[in-house]
Amino acid sequence: MSIVLITIMTLVGLGALAAVILYLASQKFKVFEDPRIDQVEEVLPAANCGGCGYPGCRAFAEALVKADDISDLNCPVGGPDVMAKVAEILGKEAGKSAPQVAVVRCNGTCEHRPRINQYEGASSCVVAAALYGGETGCSYGCYGLGDCVEACDFDAMYMDEETGLPVVIEDNCVACGACVDACPRDIIELRKKGPKSRRIYVNCVNQDKGAVARKACEVACIGCGKCVKVCPFDAITLENNLAYIHDDKCKLCRKCVAECPTNSILEINFPPRKNKPAAKEAATEKTEEESK
Amino acid sequence: MLKTFKKGGVHPDERKISAGKSIEILPLPKRVAVPTTQHIGAPAKPLVKKGDIVKTGQLIAASGGFVSANIHSPVSGKVFKTDEVVDASGYRKPAIIIDTEGDEWDESIDRSDKLVKEIALSGEEIIKKTGEMGIVGMGGATFPTHVKLSPPPGKKCEILLINGVECEPYLTSDHRIMLEKSEELMVGIRILMKALKVNRAVIGIENNKPDAIGKLTNLAAKEDGIEVQPLKVKYPQGGEKQLIDAITGRQVPSGKLPIEVGAVVHNVGTTFAVYEAIQKNKPLIERVVTVTGPGITQPSNFLVRIGTPVGQLIEAAGGLPDNMGKVIGGGPMMGKALVNLDVPVTKGSSGILVLPHEEAHRAPVENCIRCSKCISACPMGLEPYLLMIEAEKELWDRAENDNIMDCIECGSCSFTCPAHRPLLDYIRLGKGKVGQIIRNRN
Repeated sequence: MSIVLITIMTLVGLGALAAVILYLASQKFKVFEDPRIDQVEEVLPAANCGGCGYPGCRAFAEALVKADDISDLNCPVGGPDVMAKVAEILGKEAGKSAPQVAVVRCNGTCEHRPRINQYEGASSCVVAAALYGGETGCSYGCYGLGDCVEACDFDAMYMDEETGLPVVIEDNCVACGACVDACPRDIIELRKKGPKSRRIYVNCVNQDKGAVARKACEVACIGCGKCVKVCPFDAITLENNLAYIHDDKCKLCRKCVAECPTNSILEINFPPRKNKPAAKEAATEKTEEESK
Repeated sequence: MLKTFKKGGVHPDERKISAGKSIEILPLPKRVAVPTTQHIGAPAKPLVKKGDIVKTGQLIAASGGFVSANIHSPVSGKVFKTDEVVDASGYRKPAIIIDTEGDEWDESIDRSDKLVKEIALSGEEIIKKTGEMGIVGMGGATFPTHVKLSPPPGKKCEILLINGVECEPYLTSDHRIMLEKSEELMVGIRILMKALKVNRAVIGIENNKPDAIGKLTNLAAKEDGIEVQPLKVKYPQGGEKQLIDAITGRQVPSGKLPIEVGAVVHNVGTTFAVYEAIQKNKPLIERVVTVTGPGITQPSNFLVRIGTPVGQLIEAAGGLPDNMGKVIGGGPMMGKALVNLDVPVTKGSSGILVLPHEEAHRAPVENCIRCSKCISACPMGLEPYLLMIEAEKELWDRAENDNIMDCIECGSCSFTCPAHRPLLDYIRLGKGKVGQIIRNRN
């Protein structure tokens, strides 16, 4: 009987001793961690996509808590809702970032951009880019081997078999920028989603001279500069034979779209156009009536 | 027992079907496109503009630095324009396009066939002149020859190796030069020896060219310090480091140049070009190109002006076969498929290979079974399967530690892989990325 008793007493004693040592150690080596980090991490989407520029949501939460001004920091996956919640927890002002979406700036479908040779190396855009100029005459356009699709963690991209080009599923895209980094030709860009998802952009990145670009692809930007002239808001610039629409200045008037001789400017999610000349006539009649 | 290099190597079918065909002069092309980057290093700067009249052999683009080369007009005529053309690398490169009118050569060039044995110039003058004449390594790497002839301070060249290996299957241009221009070659070797201040030169030739070995051995017997070394047939013996290992038994350390072990290697094509440049004052404006392949009716070796479209060469060799699959610039191991037939012949084009459809296409890629055949085949002692995985997973620092930069891109790994994995494709990608990282670090 006494053996049992001694055993129990020893174990209890050891346990108590260990508890005291552990308690003292935890007091001595205590690391203070802001409890708000956990709270913020809780609201973040836990996608760990890196779209914010930090390695994972925990690191982003730490950065948010640490920063005095969080208006520059943004979680593209969570968007304004999540950032508002974070701002509430931290008592700081959240920045107003317009939601963005990935845009593939190439329209070199098999039809528009004839294949002049056939690639059969490893099926990866970066490998092809390290080997040669591509299957078409355009040395700027999409290779069509799907590195961007592979990079996407949100099922927001797929390769269109018919056109040979990647397509962004707008509803799934969180603008994390993984595809932008994956593309060896910098074709994909994050642009403002725009009101009602309406956007206008130059659907081409070819910097060749007009004739060369046109020969390689029917719908290439030839750098003619017509859109630059017609834009009333100075939102379009022309550099290296390539027009670029700055989404912060563009007011979506769509004048450039009609002006482009190669149809390389694309409008997305707009309602169908009214008959333009008729509308113009009506407008002039109206002003005439008013003047009378 | 014949000499060869120690590590790795493979034995592809030789198929030297054009070996018996003597060098023919190809008629002048109507229009040439002369890229301004036909060498490793800085692009040459064009000196002519649209509408200028040029003579054959006139300087049309000046060297853009020490590691760069002059470019001379291969034809006489009128400059049509300067524009970008796709060259054998598959990328668009700036080029000078000239419309041929007649064939009027620069007066300073000696066009006679007379053998000039006396070397009038001093060592320094020879180096300067090879630079002026735009001579580059004609085995394919196109490294400017005058740079190779100027060893860095503190390093001394002990032995000159002449590369007559031609280990690529199908190619025979160097073989024909050794047979038909053997006397000129001997003078060329003397010139190189004088420039490098060495008294020993060894010509390495693979044992599948007994006629070249015989002829050059007879000639070398009369010369002091020149010898011929027959070598066992093994690919890639024509690689600079492999040839040094095979002949001298010395191994170039990782990341170093052959001069580190006191050797300098020049191709026989380059040696012949040096002879013509020094003794005949003739710049590098033409070269011997093999046109070959199973479907080609008349496999040939042509003497072609630089800038000639490859389509014209194929036409002269009997045209494209019906079952054509790929046109390759260079040999089947290291060559690159051409994107069209307008690609111009450049200083580094040693051959045009036309492969039929069934031979040209890659088999479907399967999984790596870790059989380690690629490791046994690698002549640089690397682990290709590992380098491929590292490149795939973007583990650049690990790839650098595994000496990815030592890869000579010979393609032995891809050739030997039973799962047809695109090993070299990924290793090339890795080399590009790691090279960039190293450059940014310095």
